[in-house]
Amino acid sequence: MTGILTKYDVVIGLEVHAQLSTNTKIFCGCSAASGSEPNSNICPVCLGHPGTLPVLNKKALEYAVLMGIATQSTINQYSTFARKNYFYPDLPKGYQISQFDLPVCENGFLEISSGHGETKTVRIKRIHLEEDAGKSIHDRGNSTLIDVNRCGVPLIEIVTEPDFSSAFEATDYLMKIRQIVRYLGICDGNMEEGSLRCDANVSLKIKGEERLGTKTELKNMNSFKNVEKAINYEIERQFEILEEGGSISQQTLLWNPDKNEAYPMRSKEDSHDYRYFPDPDLIPVTISNEMLSEIRSMLPELPGAKIKKFTEIYLLPEYDSSVLTQEREIAEFFEEVCKQTLAFKEVSNWMMTEVLKILNEKKITISEFNITPQNFAGLINEIKSGSISGKIAKDVFADMLETGKDAASIIDSKNLKQISDPALIEPVVKSLFDANKQKVNELLEGKEKIFGFFVGQVMKSTSGKANPALVNELIKKELENRKNE
Amino acid sequence: MSSAKLPYSSLRDKKRLIFEGSLDLAQNVDFFLDKIASHKHLNAFIAVSSDCQNQANLIQEKIKNGNAGKLAGAVIAIKDVLSIKNINLTCASKILGDFIPLYTATAVQKLIDEDAIIIGKTNCDEFAMGSSNENSAFGSVLNPLNTEFVPGGSSGGSAAAVAAGLCDVSLGTDTGGSIRQPAAFCGIYGLKPTYSAVSRYGLTAFASSFDSIGPFATNLQDLFDVFDIIKGEDKKDSTSTSNTPVSNEINTKKIKIGIPADIISNDIQPEIRESFENFVLKLEKNGVEIVKISLPNFKYAIAAYYVLTTAEASSNLSRFDGARYGFRSKEVENLSDMFVKSRSEGFGAEVKRRIMLGTYVLSSGYYDAYYTKAQKIRRLIQQDFMNCFKEVDFILTPTTPTTAFKIGEKTENPVEMYLSDIFTTPQNLAGLPALSFPTGADQNNLPIGLQLTSNHFEESKIHNFLNSLTI
Ligand SMILES: [Zn+2]
Repeated sequence: MTGILTKYDVVIGLEVHAQLSTNTKIFCGCSAASGSEPNSNICPVCLGHPGTLPVLNKKALEYAVLMGIATQSTINQYSTFARKNYFYPDLPKGYQISQFDLPVCENGFLEISSGHGETKTVRIKRIHLEEDAGKSIHDRGNSTLIDVNRCGVPLIEIVTEPDFSSAFEATDYLMKIRQIVRYLGICDGNMEEGSLRCDANVSLKIKGEERLGTKTELKNMNSFKNVEKAINYEIERQFEILEEGGSISQQTLLWNPDKNEAYPMRSKEDSHDYRYFPDPDLIPVTISNEMLSEIRSMLPELPGAKIKKFTEIYLLPEYDSSVLTQEREIAEFFEEVCKQTLAFKEVSNWMMTEVLKILNEKKITISEFNITPQNFAGLINEIKSGSISGKIAKDVFADMLETGKDAASIIDSKNLKQISDPALIEPVVKSLFDANKQKVNELLEGKEKIFGFFVGQVMKSTSGKANPALVNELIKKELENRKNE
Repeated sequence: MSSAKLPYSSLRDKKRLIFEGSLDLAQNVDFFLDKIASHKHLNAFIAVSSDCQNQANLIQEKIKNGNAGKLAGAVIAIKDVLSIKNINLTCASKILGDFIPLYTATAVQKLIDEDAIIIGKTNCDEFAMGSSNENSAFGSVLNPLNTEFVPGGSSGGSAAAVAAGLCDVSLGTDTGGSIRQPAAFCGIYGLKPTYSAVSRYGLTAFASSFDSIGPFATNLQDLFDVFDIIKGEDKKDSTSTSNTPVSNEINTKKIKIGIPADIISNDIQPEIRESFENFVLKLEKNGVEIVKISLPNFKYAIAAYYVLTTAEASSNLSRFDGARYGFRSKEVENLSDMFVKSRSEGFGAEVKRRIMLGTYVLSSGYYDAYYTKAQKIRRLIQQDFMNCFKEVDFILTPTTPTTAFKIGEKTENPVEMYLSDIFTTPQNLAGLPALSFPTGADQNNLPIGLQLTSNHFEESKIHNFLNSLTI
């Protein structure tokens, strides 16, 4: 790769399709849910039956505008729909309704990481609304079956300028886009299931030259890993061709994740003239100032602002901030907990280790988590007040997880409250010393390891409830007594 | 020959007779069914309803009980480009095969909701593309006034059915004259409403930004009684509107009518010119002021019309590909073969000609030269009309340059056929309402129609004006 970079600039642009999580489809009243029985979410409109007409789902428009606002785009208060014409069995009308001349959002940008702590601003050329096509199912004997459920599911296509210069940057952008759409609640961002899809345009430009190289388009990369692998593969492939004196042919390549190779689409599928023209069935989309400010008011705090808040207000290390703001719900859970405790770092530690571990293991989201923010804050406060030790806290946590009860009542009913009264621990230490004279002598002779034995024994006979710091102190004190005897 | 044997002169009259018990609706429906059977040679119908007698009995009961809808008892034929649930939709094409719609077009549903009886689906030019009704997969429709002549197109079956008295009224569609021209050729009234006044939901699109649904009738009252029902905003059609003000009584002495003199001096059949001039005299006798107007971009209308409508049609008709419903070619080797053969075998020659033309004008490299330029002309023509309507209330022209022509006379020359729409396409380009009314006949006894065009949403003003002519 370094060989490539001394001679060429890598030029990458991305087209990301995000399926909007509206209840209904973009132009009819059918459910937009995925995973239903094939051809169950259909009606004459999304079947493209003769005489049917599209009616725009306002929610889809709202979601597209939200994404525009989140990426600092210009919102076009007047935009139009166009038809993209091509024949395919899973495209019932023989055209896809999309936006062409006047998309709903233009000229946005997003800050990404280029690695090594460097950041970079990527320009977003446009965000437009369109309808998804259906699915062709080819693996059923000789016939191809068509599932129309996905037809008309709303999509936004987010197109960048060719501003990326590495697969790392492209992947970071994609992760940030995923994070934003999930924060906005407009797309679940699932790449494996295709609710977030990414195509990449890749070319190499000789350093110092104005002229761009011929670009190829990469498709079918259904995970972040594959996006990175496919782009790197394509950079190397183009480099080899150019170095051997060859030229790059403009084509579309499909990534094969099993073989880690990209292969060209048949040229016939690649040579579309889409014959875009304004869709006469849809009136131009107008967004009033009122509607725009209403949508603006729906905008949640975005990851960038959250990270800033976590480091500056909650005084968390940058690492903690970025982990806890990965998902909007996690971040909001953290903030909710912190309304009821001031031990922010303690909360962060517990969330990053115990909570995220449980969510991962159980494959659940924070909203399905059995401990409420109030109860979680309660647990943290019990630890901070010295009411329970860190060790006991883990048991209480496990109990809370199972029963949904609050920490105080578990500590109470199980009698787990930490013993911090010296009068209760002193007799235990004394009788332990009496019963283990040999070990006391060894300790007096300087065998430091024996100290741990006494701590362990005290904890054992108090069922772990003795305040460990106090135990240490009392053992040292008793040792002094014995030394002077 | 129209309604000579019928004991009523309008739909309102008919409803009254049924209410009074002097007309039996079931017998009336039988009368129409018999007449359709005895006029099978006209080929006006593609399908006839099988349960209209049942409906007749129910509706007669409602009329007698005084709780019937506004169009109760009206026997209506529907052009077969409009969807009716559970009735085979053909669009007079082979490509739809045995396709059964899952829903009913809004305009038709509104008629049904007002207790009209749908007697059948009428023949037309395939996908409403044609001016003679010779482009139907179900064969040509004959002009009931002289069966050697065409009834006009594309709504030829709907016009012929009304003119021959096979139903009371009918619905047609008009993209560039397809209601007005057959109304003129068959000697009846035909209304092309303002674009957007009637919901297009359920109308198989030919050219979406041009298509209008409208009625045919033997009298003005029936024409507007039907229009008043089918018009209005529809949530299923985002381009539909509800902006149809009802005009007040008209004082003819305050009316100004524009005549585009330069256009009418073109090659027009002498009898039509004569009829036109006689009507102008009549208007003047009624105190109407006649004003010469200029529509400088009219001459580009046909060219712009064919660029834009074929562009839209090429896209609208893409859904007929043999993949999901309708006709599929028998022997296909692969996907692209299925598309090509199904469409080649399923569409007729005129439809294919227009799809190819439309595909061409939208192709990259040609788009600006054709589509963009035609859109400019469309705006100029709209502007021409708007300028005129600042000065005049209506524009009067003949509906057609000639009366009905002979079957087969123009099929070899599509451009000549296209030119028969010279007076009717500009209104579709501008989205304006226009009405064709009969004014006489030529020496072969073939009807002559004249056309009144008004500003947007002024259909009822046309109605009131024609009603107010006293001499
Ligand atoms: Zn649907």
